[in-house]
Amino acid sequence: MSELQIKEKSVVVPGLILAKGMEFLPGQGTYRKDDLILANRLGVAVIDGKVIRTIPLAGRYMPKRSDVIIGKVIDILSMGWRVQLNAPYAGLIPIKDGTFEFIPRGADLSRYYDIGEYFVGKITNVSGQNLIDVSVKGPGLHKIRGGRIVEVNTNKVPRVIGKKGSMVSMIKKATSCKVIVGQNGLIWVSGEPAMENLAIKTISKIEDESHISGLTDRIKTFLEKEVGFTVTADEESTNGNEETQGDRQ
Amino acid sequence: MKYDKRYDGRAFDEPRPIEAKAGVVKNANGSGYFKIGNTIAYAAVYGPKEVYPKFLSNPKKGIVRVHYNMMAFSGPGERNRPGPNRRAKEIGLVSQKAIISVLELDKYPNSVIDVYLELPQTDAGSRCAGICAASIALADAGLTMKDMVSAVAVGLVGDTPVVDLSYKEEQPDGMEAVDIPLAIIPSTGEITLLQMDGIVDKDMLMKAIEMSTKPLKKIADILRSAVQDKYQGEQNE
Repeated sequence: MSELQIKEKSVVVPGLILAKGMEFLPGQGTYRKDDLILANRLGVAVIDGKVIRTIPLAGRYMPKRSDVIIGKVIDILSMGWRVQLNAPYAGLIPIKDGTFEFIPRGADLSRYYDIGEYFVGKITNVSGQNLIDVSVKGPGLHKIRGGRIVEVNTNKVPRVIGKKGSMVSMIKKATSCKVIVGQNGLIWVSGEPAMENLAIKTISKIEDESHISGLTDRIKTFLEKEVGFTVTADEESTNGNEETQGDRQ
Repeated sequence: MKYDKRYDGRAFDEPRPIEAKAGVVKNANGSGYFKIGNTIAYAAVYGPKEVYPKFLSNPKKGIVRVHYNMMAFSGPGERNRPGPNRRAKEIGLVSQKAIISVLELDKYPNSVIDVYLELPQTDAGSRCAGICAASIALADAGLTMKDMVSAVAVGLVGDTPVVDLSYKEEQPDGMEAVDIPLAIIPSTGEITLLQMDGIVDKDMLMKAIEMSTKPLKKIADILRSAVQDKYQGEQNE
């Protein structure tokens, strides 16, 4: 007879026995050994019918296809730009995916993206050897001019975005800043200097307090106190140019 | 001379008091703290990240580098030359071999995981404390691993098998001592580290290893709850 050894939503660590018996199936973050299912990474256990899987709680950002990310150009090559994505591997923007502009043969690529410049891009492909292709061609994808970049823990990105973008839209409304949250944990904030400061302060508050319940309400009160008017936390209407999905797991 | 009572009054299979914590180094991707008796180990994990120098990278799987360092003031107080010495390099290597077998590195080709072990205070059993701290740090870093390696030293003082020798027991008065650092994968019982310093026959060695089963299980539980404690309550919504 199969039986669970843990409660749903409990924190599991590598090597912990999650279930005994053959009736459960190992999902992501777990593995089977004989008739046991054990965790193989730190996370929160989720039971989907027969499948036991874990939602990771820690770890570096691993690029996934169609993630919208914020990256930095670190090198210019003959076939494009090498970019840093806050991930274990650097990515590449091929020339054809760099810009809608026409790039003549032999052009100086630093005219389009220079070393050290940031951009909002989308991951188009991740190969088996973890070679990452990035595109900056598409709705909402562009080079970043002005503003500031802040970094948060990748696993806290869904908290910063909130349910269907409610958290990020609240920050945008309160501070009237442009905010783009990359799945890789880099966030671009642009607006009035004082408001930029407030937005960054709010983001770090979200990061620090994400584990205490009632986060949205607390952030709402905090923002209202700072700006002095009522902020509504509604779900963001997807205007197509900002990929702001929260929890995707 | 017979060793029938331990210097610090412990039972023969009783390890020294243990404390463990996860997430002690904020800048690292994962970190751990492990204290056993007077031996303290900190571990910080950085990575997976790109390998430099490039020629060290392996296109089939990631590599692990372990840097072991006993701080200059950690021991009895003799001046140590800073930087890695022969002993530190050796312990770094055996610690790497001890933890590498649980890590699933084929997901991270061409990358490196750097593990830094720092020991601000030592009283024997430092490589085992380092491995335990590294286990916490690797799990805290969110890496895919089969299990958390747990380690303890066993040994003989005179002819008596004991668990978790202190520095005094490694140099007992008028007796010989044998030191056997041991690391296992708790879920399978496989041994990932076994070193031996001293002369011992097969029966005694087996006896000493058998004695380690209970304390190793206890240490494994402590390591797991150290990581769980850090993240407990971080799961609203």
